[in-house]
Amino acid sequence: MKELPQVSPDVLETADAGAAREAGGGGPTAPPERPATSSARLVATLAAAGALAGLVIVLVFGWANPKIQAHRAEVLRQAIQEVLNGPESVRTYYVVDGALSESPVPGADTINAERIHLGLDDAGEPVGYAITGQEPGFQDMILVIFGYDAETDRVLAMKVLESKETPGLGDKIFKDTSFVAEFRGAAAPLEGVKSGAGSGVENEVDMITGATISSRTVIEIINNRIEALGPMLDESGS
Amino acid sequence: MRATTPAEDFVRGIWKENPVLVQLLGLCPALAVTNTVANSIAMGLATFFVLVGSSLLVSTFKKVIPHEVRISAYILIIATFVTIADLVLAAVVPLIHKELGAFIALIVVNCMILGRQEAFASKRPIGRALLDAVGTGVGFMIAMLMMGTFREVLGNGSILGVPLFGDNFEPWVIFILPPGGFLTLGFILLAFGWWQERKSDTARIRQWPHGVATPSREEAA
Amino acid sequence: MSAARGGAGDVRSADHVTGMTPQDEEILLRIAASPHVHSPHSTPRIMWTVTATLVPLVAAAAWWFGPSALLVIGAATAGAVLTERLFGRRGALGDGSAAITGILLGLILPAGFPMWMAFVGGAFGIGFGKLIFGGLGQNVFNPALLGRAFLQAAFPTAITTWPADTASWWALRGDNFAWPLMSPETADLVTAATPLGAWKFEGVETQLADLLIGRTGGSLGETSGLLILALGVFLALKKYLDWRIPASILATVALFSGLLHLLDPVRYAGPMFMLFSGGLMIGAVYMATDMVTSPVTPRGAWIYGIGIGLLVVLIRVWGGLPEGVMYAILLMNAMVPFINRATQPRVFGHERKQREAAA
Repeated sequence: MKELPQVSPDVLETADAGAAREAGGGGPTAPPERPATSSARLVATLAAAGALAGLVIVLVFGWANPKIQAHRAEVLRQAIQEVLNGPESVRTYYVVDGALSESPVPGADTINAERIHLGLDDAGEPVGYAITGQEPGFQDMILVIFGYDAETDRVLAMKVLESKETPGLGDKIFKDTSFVAEFRGAAAPLEGVKSGAGSGVENEVDMITGATISSRTVIEIINNRIEALGPMLDESGS
Repeated sequence: MRATTPAEDFVRGIWKENPVLVQLLGLCPALAVTNTVANSIAMGLATFFVLVGSSLLVSTFKKVIPHEVRISAYILIIATFVTIADLVLAAVVPLIHKELGAFIALIVVNCMILGRQEAFASKRPIGRALLDAVGTGVGFMIAMLMMGTFREVLGNGSILGVPLFGDNFEPWVIFILPPGGFLTLGFILLAFGWWQERKSDTARIRQWPHGVATPSREEAA
Repeated sequence: MSAARGGAGDVRSADHVTGMTPQDEEILLRIAASPHVHSPHSTPRIMWTVTATLVPLVAAAAWWFGPSALLVIGAATAGAVLTERLFGRRGALGDGSAAITGILLGLILPAGFPMWMAFVGGAFGIGFGKLIFGGLGQNVFNPALLGRAFLQAAFPTAITTWPADTASWWALRGDNFAWPLMSPETADLVTAATPLGAWKFEGVETQLADLLIGRTGGSLGETSGLLILALGVFLALKKYLDWRIPASILATVALFSGLLHLLDPVRYAGPMFMLFSGGLMIGAVYMATDMVTSPVTPRGAWIYGIGIGLLVVLIRVWGGLPEGVMYAILLMNAMVPFINRATQPRVFGHERKQREAAA
């Protein structure tokens, strides 16, 4: 075996070793002779550097944050349009103490607060709720948004917002259009059945062969969210 | 310490002492986010930006930074640039930022960057530090592109999302997944080592008759 | 020519460069790994005997799966042999180990597998399962299983597509002739679950008689349980495999799954089903017993076999996959150096001396 090509010494050596060699005095093991710096100066230097760094980051954040939030809102808006089949307008409710509320808890983080979105058609009649939910799938958390009609207890449509499922197998939960279409108009609670084994009942969803865990997770997310939120939706009498 | 010319400072990091392929530094991003060419480019650019910016600052302030707190100061500088890169990527290319995820933040602990500060930028003039950082950054980018191209072509049948083989291509799923990163790095290091060995063998044969008398195997041992 | 004229001063003659004189051709020494035991059982002889025992298995595969079986096995073997020829040591093909790897890999692939993928698997198995470690005797993992593990990770859909029995023996069981890099055509393919898949996902238990003779879905060579068992007994009698390994694997699987079956017969399949379904038989007889990647001590062989057996049942019963023989063997392959060290026999008298010193 031959060695890997030699890396020139000054690439790998540390400043200490270099300094020791430059200092020259003493043996090769002697520590570099260096006047001690006062603690005040150490603290001052780091504090100044930290303050400068903070300032720069705040400036960049001020520029970038609106764009980031706008993008996030746009992604959510498109997803809501998709799972509610293009409603005329969308009203957002916050989940506060087990009930729906038009306004969030005062002072709470409005962006990460738990909320659902009610879609209204052009006559102002509700068409359904867009609900998000996440649970661990085969690889990582799967984040799903789905439309739900509380009156008929049916799922309108489903869209996977985030997942890291196995390419070629698990990612069929959003790439396989026939699987996504299974959710259109399915009655809650959903029940996953092996592909092709369904008996035509409305709450059955054909699972993906080879991606049983991923498809079951999607179904469970929807069932769990409907179970958790269902009573509130009925109460609000939409 | 052996003196180097400016040209050497620049070229060294690109190929002969490539950070990934020779020094085996910065492997975390090289393994984790090279599953597509676009991700590789974004990661390469972000790292390049952080490396060049940090080297510039470290070299500029090398007299001001006290020796005792130099590592903290370097990390502070690097972390600032990483945060800037993170925010800019999130604002400009949100989809790629989502793909790269935590690995942007992890540029902070990329030992390639800290290594250049400690070993080079903190001891050399600004111009040289800049040359060195650009060279190393380009070398990192080349390695990332090699891995990204290999993995996207086999794992997805495309380059930059443009399909190469038509609809019926069967993706080699493993190359998109993490183990594919290790395999690809292994393939590339194998090819690189093989090429280096051939080159040194050729050089030895050129030196004939003086060089050939010793078989290479014994020499290395 | 230099032999005639060659003196001390003539060191730089052309022959010196190649280090070869005409006489050298005849006395080329074979370099082989230790131990240098004199025995009629040379490596090539063992390897070719094992290859011969694979012939009935290949025939059984062809009987159940038609011409597709021969195509897949042929492509995997071609990939393995060609890689050994191109990158291996000169003459290494003669020991037959590359051919065995190729055939074994072919036997653990589904019948409808595209030939180009089987070829890639064979090439990867030999190239990265064996040659990269330094060739025969140096590898840590069983090359055929490593080739399959790579295929499983690279083409997860194709390798879990199990074709159903066709009406005509001559019909291909899938798109074996898919173009390289292209997906196999599966539009008009009828698939059938393997016995393990049917059990795990549908709760259907396959008839034991079908399992014994191999009338089930599955990889090409893994279905004929009784035939593999008979070949294993033959090889064990010839001492070409360590009988302790398959015995301990099969006994462990039978005991462990039998215990579970007693606890809850509805949830856990019985021991006979566990023994004769999936790749357990071919794994226990042909894969786990690979002389290079299994322990050398008898005690080590027991530990190794029990480990594989436990892992197989664990993966089958509680894992996400229906079958776990491949990963069980690969995992235990990795443990072999440690098992060897832990079970090293003491030098005679060594231990007693130490005790005396302590006392």
